[in-house]
Amino acid sequence: MPFNSQTTLHSCIIGRVAFPRPRSTGTATRRSRPDTARTPDADARHGHPGTSSNRHAAADRRTLGWLTAGLTTAAATAGLLIAPPDALQGDAQRLMYLHVPAAWTAYLAFAAVLATSLGFLATRDPRWDRRARVAAELGVGLTALTIALGALWGRAVWGTWWAWDPRLVSTTLLLLVYTGYLAVRRTLGEGRTTPPARPVGGPAAIVGIAGFALVPLVHFSVVWWRSLHQPATILAPHRPPIDPLMAAALLLSVAAFTTAAAWIFLRRLAALERDTPPTAPLRSMARASVESR
Amino acid sequence: MIRPTRAGVTLAAVLLAGTGLLVQAGLRDTLSYYRTPAELDADPAAPATRTRLTGMVVPGSVRHDGRQTVFRLAAEGHEVTVRQRGAPPDTFRAGQDAVVEGVLGPDGVFDSDQVVVRHGNDYRPAYDGSPGTAR
Repeated sequence: MPFNSQTTLHSCIIGRVAFPRPRSTGTATRRSRPDTARTPDADARHGHPGTSSNRHAAADRRTLGWLTAGLTTAAATAGLLIAPPDALQGDAQRLMYLHVPAAWTAYLAFAAVLATSLGFLATRDPRWDRRARVAAELGVGLTALTIALGALWGRAVWGTWWAWDPRLVSTTLLLLVYTGYLAVRRTLGEGRTTPPARPVGGPAAIVGIAGFALVPLVHFSVVWWRSLHQPATILAPHRPPIDPLMAAALLLSVAAFTTAAAWIFLRRLAALERDTPPTAPLRSMARASVESR
Repeated sequence: MIRPTRAGVTLAAVLLAGTGLLVQAGLRDTLSYYRTPAELDADPAAPATRTRLTGMVVPGSVRHDGRQTVFRLAAEGHEVTVRQRGAPPDTFRAGQDAVVEGVLGPDGVFDSDQVVVRHGNDYRPAYDGSPGTAR
């Protein structure tokens, strides 16, 4: 292990705040390999310099990627070829196999923002903050996808792209709130200066937690208020009739979307952690360590 | 050092303004998206106010009259005759729910310029002679 004055200083500071392993310059050279996620935090967690945990994480991501590919193929086959067209809506009803799982995965992503933001507030560990950020990015993308697919479906079946309906309006609010969450992070300096001009995690976590209040509002808007949008089918208390083949295609595509979201989440997280400089300037390291306590 | 950038502040302001506009414009009519024929009958101020009306398209009542479509919407034992300008969407069927937007005229006929089709949360394959194909 190459050892110079800088790493010695690091180990002084880092050792005090429970990062037991001094960072070697070897870490910086190895991190240029694209398929191994170099995460200083993960190394610190395991307390040994080995890359085996990172290799495991990369292998797990690849496995999840293949699982996603398999489920997507199965869901596409079921949704396009096996499930029958709807009696009233015709083939347009097949948009359900994209619109519903996109909305479900967006809910899941915002639930992840809630959980990871609470985790950050409890521990002040920057890893929770990164997870919250990635989950919010995913949720915003999926909500936008839900609205776009819903507009297509609405045009085909209702006869309109958009309606001032409680479900559509509340979903748009949800999109705006979590776009605002990402804007707050950016405004505080994330991604523009290293380290950010101001601490990002705390204020972001509060927005992320408060924003989740909209999720039950969106989901139950079709029950609480008069709506053009139809209520849930699978999650309905007294499930209305749905053709078993249609239900199977829907559940398969929900599974495919969920694994795809988990896969993208882990990849994005690994990329962010790769970008976190493992040997950052001493001053910022000390500041980050203090913040993480 | 607390120094939000101008771009950040502008973005936040635009987002807040967007949210405010959506809330203001949307919630006015959103929380009661439509009214029923019974509510329209009971409301003496109903004529001359633009509103949305829902009900089941009464089977046998749909008549295409030039560029107009005339039909009746029924719910809870009340019926309102609707005169719709322009063609309704392809999914418009007798026996299904629809929402029309317009004004109740003094003659008791609802003049609508937009009709959208409501559908339930049940999904079933098409069979020959399914009720959905009856006009």
